[in-house]
Amino acid sequence: MITLLDMSSPTPPAVNLVDVWKRFPGVVANAGATLSVTEGTIHAVLGENGAGKSTLMNVLSGMYRPDSGEIQIKGQQFWFRSPADALAAGIGMVHQEFRLIPSFTVAENVVLGASERILRRSSIEAQVGDVANEFGLKIDPTRPVWQLSMGERQRVEILKSLWRNAQILILDEPTAVLTPSEANELGTVLREMANSGRSIIFISHKLHEVKEFCDEATVLRGGETVAASLLVKDTDTVKLAGLMVGSSPSTISRPTPQSQGTPLLTVSGIGALDDRFLPAIQDLNLTVHGGEIVGIAGVSGNGQREIAQVIAGLRPVTSGKIIINGEDLTNALPVERFRAGLGYVPEDRLGVGLAPRLNIIENAILRNYRNLRQGPLLAEERMRTYCEDIINRFGVRSGLLGDPIAGLSGGNLQRLLVGRELSGNPKVLVAAQPTRGLDVKGVKAIQDLLVAERSDGVAILLISEDLDELLTLSDRLLVMHEGMIVGEFDPTTAKRHDIGAAMAGEVAT
Amino acid sequence: MSEASMIGLLSAAVSFGALLYLAALGELISEKAGILNLGVEGMMAVGAVTGFMVALETENAWVALLAAMLVGALFALIHGFFTVVLGAEQVVSGLSLTILGLGASAFVGKNAVGKPSGAVLASVDWGPLSDIPWAGPILFSQSPLVYFAILAGLAAAFVLTRTSTGLALRGAGESASTVDAAGHSVVRLRLGAIATGGALAGASGAYLTLSLTPQWTEGVTAGRGWIAVALVIFGAWRPGRCAVGALLFGGLLALKSRLQTFGVDLSPILLSMIPYLLTIGVLIVISIRARHRPSSAPAALGQAYRREER
Repeated sequence: MITLLDMSSPTPPAVNLVDVWKRFPGVVANAGATLSVTEGTIHAVLGENGAGKSTLMNVLSGMYRPDSGEIQIKGQQFWFRSPADALAAGIGMVHQEFRLIPSFTVAENVVLGASERILRRSSIEAQVGDVANEFGLKIDPTRPVWQLSMGERQRVEILKSLWRNAQILILDEPTAVLTPSEANELGTVLREMANSGRSIIFISHKLHEVKEFCDEATVLRGGETVAASLLVKDTDTVKLAGLMVGSSPSTISRPTPQSQGTPLLTVSGIGALDDRFLPAIQDLNLTVHGGEIVGIAGVSGNGQREIAQVIAGLRPVTSGKIIINGEDLTNALPVERFRAGLGYVPEDRLGVGLAPRLNIIENAILRNYRNLRQGPLLAEERMRTYCEDIINRFGVRSGLLGDPIAGLSGGNLQRLLVGRELSGNPKVLVAAQPTRGLDVKGVKAIQDLLVAERSDGVAILLISEDLDELLTLSDRLLVMHEGMIVGEFDPTTAKRHDIGAAMAGEVAT
Repeated sequence: MSEASMIGLLSAAVSFGALLYLAALGELISEKAGILNLGVEGMMAVGAVTGFMVALETENAWVALLAAMLVGALFALIHGFFTVVLGAEQVVSGLSLTILGLGASAFVGKNAVGKPSGAVLASVDWGPLSDIPWAGPILFSQSPLVYFAILAGLAAAFVLTRTSTGLALRGAGESASTVDAAGHSVVRLRLGAIATGGALAGASGAYLTLSLTPQWTEGVTAGRGWIAVALVIFGAWRPGRCAVGALLFGGLLALKSRLQTFGVDLSPILLSMIPYLLTIGVLIVISIRARHRPSSAPAALGQAYRREER
């Protein structure tokens, strides 16, 4: 652990989390995490998805009770039983998904749960306006929230915490929903708040924002604190990226290299928008040949999700061309892409990939039910055989086939999903975060399946946040940053340092 | 049409309007908190029979009214238990409440059929005001429940828009998790709204048997609970607009029973369809407008709330 903070400082830290452990069934989310935030500073908490940031923040905001560990606020020991307790201790949290009521005005949202019994509209609006002005939050308290932009809604959330006099403010990936100029404005407001003595915890993936807005940074990996309270001005984004991705030894042996086949997936000049209709992908080009795995690395939120959806036909393109197995399928329906030989393992296993309330057979045939018909009806027997075939081939351990899949473990769900996508004998497979959240055995099983398909000549595009996985599986490694491919690496020779720099947007030469 | 029959029609419109308004206001409060209660018809029937039976026993119409409201509230809390505590499907639970209420009221009132009323709520005497031409008979010689309905409407509008409890209650109907995170008890808010709704439906039922037609017959509610449910939509979930709608729908009810005396050859069945046709029309308007702004319907209407846990 690296500690640069002067521990002998006389004022106790605003927040001091000591050796926090939190286990969920099958997962250790926090394994002795620590965090120390100096009063009046902006403190970044960095880490990849699953590093335990959210869990740690939920412990601090009273949402979860830790299994063990200490919470000290300004030197005083606390034990939170609910978010209300944390709120009373002066801790406010701005969640990624805003908790606002669209049909209410800004003022009504702010005073909800914290006001006099009788509301006088004009006086409340004036008071809310005063608090907003004090911190330079530009907002009209009389407007209904549904009319506001995402940036303005975030200001309302911050205002809610200020209204309740929060001294410690946690922002969970606050810039994920903001335009760049809104993000800069937020930085100014946060600095204003820090100058007034409040302490801010800033959770982020975006390293340049950490560099720009924050005073100190703590990096989490695998539920542990790997670097505590680094002074941001003494570090750089490449070092931070390196700390985030780490360098654990690889767990499986590299597949033997083989000669490249023909290009089966060609994406050229693709542009696409994200859910907020802002550009997510710009002029992206990539080619995947038969018999190779192309990995895409990147800090999450840099367009990886969108590129997978674009190829699968779940997100429209604004420009460019997608060619799958020789066919131009740029604007084709997902089912046409499936017929052309595309398999897709989406990031959202339950929901996009599988339907939780349907049973195992129904989920197994979702892609292929058109071929399992007898006249206008579904052919029960053939459905069952088809499903049993997938289960046997891909080692899905299931209960009764007629049971809803919700009872399957994460690993078996993923085997069922991957199995279903592979059962159509695809030429191209797009796998987004296929091993995320699985246990070691599940990860191995899925990785082995991918390698086996590669040996069979399938072109595989693997999008992952696990750099180790990418380095062991990929034949070529592409790095995405802000919707573009910013670097290509040979995984056998590439240096982590260089990949980290590319992920941070600093293209290595 | 003579002046006397015109006054009679308008007076009946106000009277029927207040009957509908009481029940609709209760449903409005419940829906504002996010709970759809299709048991209005059943709650009214229970209120009606309770009012009549208690009046028979005590010969005090006011005690009977209070009892009807209390029983209505308790009866509504059955719906509350299922939908708020257990998180059950609100449509199913509400419909069950209607069937249960109609059955239970018929059973309890079996021996009271045809009996003369024990007590009635006499019309309020406003003194010289009742002598004003037109306004006197239409507005100032009505049952106390008419004035109660007006006061209840004003009180509901005040609480919903001007108090923090009302803000939280509306919040519970828009986004229960937000209200929960803000430190309010969603369960308490919703149960409170349901009980209030039940009490008002009970009062509406008691209005039938204590004032409008002071006797008990099975099925005395005659589908008016359903008109009340439609009225909430027609009034776009606003107490003021619901009052206007109540007068309109009340007028239609009054007209229905007078069609023949006016010598109009129109089936009363067609007339009783009008409230629903109007409501469908309003629904269409609301849905079209909802493309550009949030619908006036509470966003979380009909959704059970459970605190999210990992």
